[in-house]
Amino acid sequence: MRMLKQAWLWFDDLTGVSKILGPLLDHPVPKARKSAWFYVLGSATLIAFLIQVVTGIALASGYVPSSGQAYSTLQFISGAPIGRIVRGIHYFGASAMIILIGLHTIRVYLMASYKYPRQMNWLSGVALLLLTLAMVFTGQLLRWDQTGFWSVLIAAEQAGRVPLIGNWLGHFILAGDTVGGATLSRFFVAHVFLFPGLIFLIVGFHLYLVVHNGISEPPSVDRPVDPKTYRPWFHALLAREGEPFWPDAAWRDVVFGFLVVLTVVGLAIVVGPPMLGKPPDPSIIEATPRPEWYFFWYYAILSLIPKWSEALVMVWGPAIFGAALILLPFVARKGQRSPLRRPWSFVIVAAILFMIAYYGEVGKIAPWSPRMEAPPLPVQVVGVTSGPIADGARVFHDKGCEYCHKVSGYGGIRGPDLTYAGDTLTPAQITTRIYSGAENMPSYRNNMTSDQLSALLAFLRSRHRQPIEPPPDSGQ
Amino acid sequence: MIEIPPSEAPVKHGPEINRRRFLVRLSITLSSIGAALIALPSVAFLLGLRKSPQIWRTVGSLDDFKIGSTVNVAFEDPSPLPWAGVTAQTTAWLRRVDEREFIAFSTICTHLGCPVRWLAEADLFMCPCHGGVFYADGQVASGPPPKPLNQYPVRINKNSVQILTMPVPIA
Repeated sequence: MRMLKQAWLWFDDLTGVSKILGPLLDHPVPKARKSAWFYVLGSATLIAFLIQVVTGIALASGYVPSSGQAYSTLQFISGAPIGRIVRGIHYFGASAMIILIGLHTIRVYLMASYKYPRQMNWLSGVALLLLTLAMVFTGQLLRWDQTGFWSVLIAAEQAGRVPLIGNWLGHFILAGDTVGGATLSRFFVAHVFLFPGLIFLIVGFHLYLVVHNGISEPPSVDRPVDPKTYRPWFHALLAREGEPFWPDAAWRDVVFGFLVVLTVVGLAIVVGPPMLGKPPDPSIIEATPRPEWYFFWYYAILSLIPKWSEALVMVWGPAIFGAALILLPFVARKGQRSPLRRPWSFVIVAAILFMIAYYGEVGKIAPWSPRMEAPPLPVQVVGVTSGPIADGARVFHDKGCEYCHKVSGYGGIRGPDLTYAGDTLTPAQITTRIYSGAENMPSYRNNMTSDQLSALLAFLRSRHRQPIEPPPDSGQ
Repeated sequence: MIEIPPSEAPVKHGPEINRRRFLVRLSITLSSIGAALIALPSVAFLLGLRKSPQIWRTVGSLDDFKIGSTVNVAFEDPSPLPWAGVTAQTTAWLRRVDEREFIAFSTICTHLGCPVRWLAEADLFMCPCHGGVFYADGQVASGPPPKPLNQYPVRINKNSVQILTMPVPIA
């Protein structure tokens, strides 16, 4: 013990580390009282990032960033017991990071900690938020299974909607004219070197600012921010009732951070990383690319919005949202910080959370997606095995009607449920709809013979309200 | 916080100021040139995109394709990198219209790039992601796609059917 202490004194004499770190650890922070636990979200985000750095380095040692081989290296990693756990930690660590940075942003926004003098804290935080989104997208893609492969094309097509430079941007994402050998390396470099490097730099800046400007005190209705007097007032507050960061405030960061680690590791062991999809072979045409949960809401929105608004949602929506985040600390640089006096902030946060939760749920069910694996209707649903009704049921499946319309629990849910079509629609109505189509239904004018149509009509007219055995699989 | 002591350098006048100003400019100029020498080739390499030539790839012989049927064909990119593996493949939906005429559609949905499937019984292309549907001629039938499916040029060379490769169509 004495030797350790002497070694430390010797090291500190040569380096002066304690002179730099001491004031950092001891710097006074305002008493947060009731809201103290709201202040742990930033450090927890940093802990999640560090989890990603450590597990990422380990995973990179088993990964080959080559379009032709990455998939088999992922099979290798996932096949090894420890590899599976490390991949699981990296997967749930990513989810933790995105949840925590989201909550941290909301905390700072609701408490208006972005006001003078902490505008740069906010701006560097916005950069970190965007980089985190970029990290989870590129990370999912590095799995390089079928979904990873098609994610590249989906990203390129979305980038293609950007005015003027869209085409170049799209091909920049592909790293050339087509998806190929150069494509994956590009995403590997972004995910492993470029983005993490930027995150390290900006986190350093962000932490420096936290010390430089001091941690914001909990807002109070009686103390609107006045840039002229804020700093002297804040320093007086710290001198009056500040407490040293270490350990008076930091212990909460440690406890919460430990819970984050525990949760992530626990999920990695119990649940494990997501299954790998099929290999990234474009000639396997049965592909249904789906994003991870944190992008489900966006995925759902992209299909539910009217066609004319696509440019608005894909290009201008994110651009306006980004601009709002950047302008916020300049437009609202002083005045009330208390959320009680800024009720709109609650409305905005609630609206965003509702959008993410609601459309995320819709995205999970994916009601717009044709359910292309729907099997032909079984005989207990159809009721007969031959004749026009049975023929019509076959047409209903073969023409793809069943992919979007449900009958007695079978089929997709994009279009109206036709279980009781015989009760609710006249043959003329059905015929008109089949012939003329609609915004989200193709016209079958040239795709159906009159025999097929009359069989289909016979089948749909036979759909009446009557007890039918529930199907074995009525899931989505 | 670290406090910087006030500068104790004596105030200089005349040639000393000119000398210091020169040294500042010299240092800034040299640093900029040095940084540019490293950054330019690196950024140029990063921005350099692989241009592929357009070439005719054989996807089968005439007898392989029945008149009226639409099948999925795979062909290799014009100049695949050795480590591209399966990703060097591209696929298309190829239909033999009659004795001498073929038509080939890109499998990439014009909405957001998911792979469309051909439903032979329904004579429709359908996209599994957001429910875009195209008629047999590639025109939009319903759903969100903004424009028809892209087509590849097809030709018959002696007895083989060939598709002209092209860059991934982006908006």
